[in-house]
Amino acid sequence: MNILLKPIVDGFLNFVPHVKALGLGFRAIGDNWAELTLPYAEHLVAYPGDDGAPGIIASGAIFSLMDSVGGMAVVAKSKRMVRQATLDLRIDYLRPAEPGKTVIGRAEVTKLTRAVAFVKGIAHDGDPDDPVALMTASYMFTAGAKS
Amino acid sequence: MNFDTLVRELLGAPDEGPLSSLPYARTLGLSYRRDADGIVIIMPFSKDLIGAPNRLHGGTVAGLLEIASIAQLVHVLGREETAPGVKPINVTVDYLRAAACETTYAAAIVTRMGRRIANVRAEAWQGDRSAPVASAHMNVMLVRE
Repeated sequence: MNILLKPIVDGFLNFVPHVKALGLGFRAIGDNWAELTLPYAEHLVAYPGDDGAPGIIASGAIFSLMDSVGGMAVVAKSKRMVRQATLDLRIDYLRPAEPGKTVIGRAEVTKLTRAVAFVKGIAHDGDPDDPVALMTASYMFTAGAKS
Repeated sequence: MNFDTLVRELLGAPDEGPLSSLPYARTLGLSYRRDADGIVIIMPFSKDLIGAPNRLHGGTVAGLLEIASIAQLVHVLGREETAPGVKPINVTVDYLRAAACETTYAAAIVTRMGRRIANVRAEAWQGDRSAPVASAHMNVMLVRE
């Protein structure tokens, strides 16, 4: 990992309360992309399994994963901590995540402008060629903006 | 995601209460209120919802909007004799303002109810309903037996 990014990634995983509540983990980061994990957990389930078997996790949890990893991809591409806010984010839910499996979110910056970063991504549960969800998002830089 | 549990919880339930049967809704701390227009979902502030300092994580607001959309759909479908299953196809969220560390509400309208697809729009707000913090639209598949 780029040495400049390590403290940002560590801070993100250890000090963002909702990231901790979801249990998001770091997987990898590159020039213009990042990957985070969402390990299966009972408290994320929307559709419980029968007789205590693992259930299907909520689409909202996958949304949070993709929003987070998209923001991290913007940091990866910017090579520094940038203040940013999600402008819009679309998710296509291709299929349910398999009960019990960790979901991996990967996001990549397609284009970075002075004001906006355009990002696309996928979520999968082991095989990137068989995604659970597709994501398209834009993030705006907020430094200097009035909120 | 299949929302059968939410359907069972909302149909024939009292006019307000916690959404206690869905683990993910419990994680967000959601409750609901039924009024003349349908269902309002309520997400009281808790520390676990924070993203950036003094701001809610965008994902929590998206989760709230999705659940408000599905809940309203279930509310409308409840008038049908055999309610179909509902599966989200996609969701698009527009973030309009920073969401502060306070209670957030969301409500939705079903813009079109088809046989196989429903289109739903939702808004989330905090103190002022006329100044929403985020809006969403969803395509939802209706699975009729």
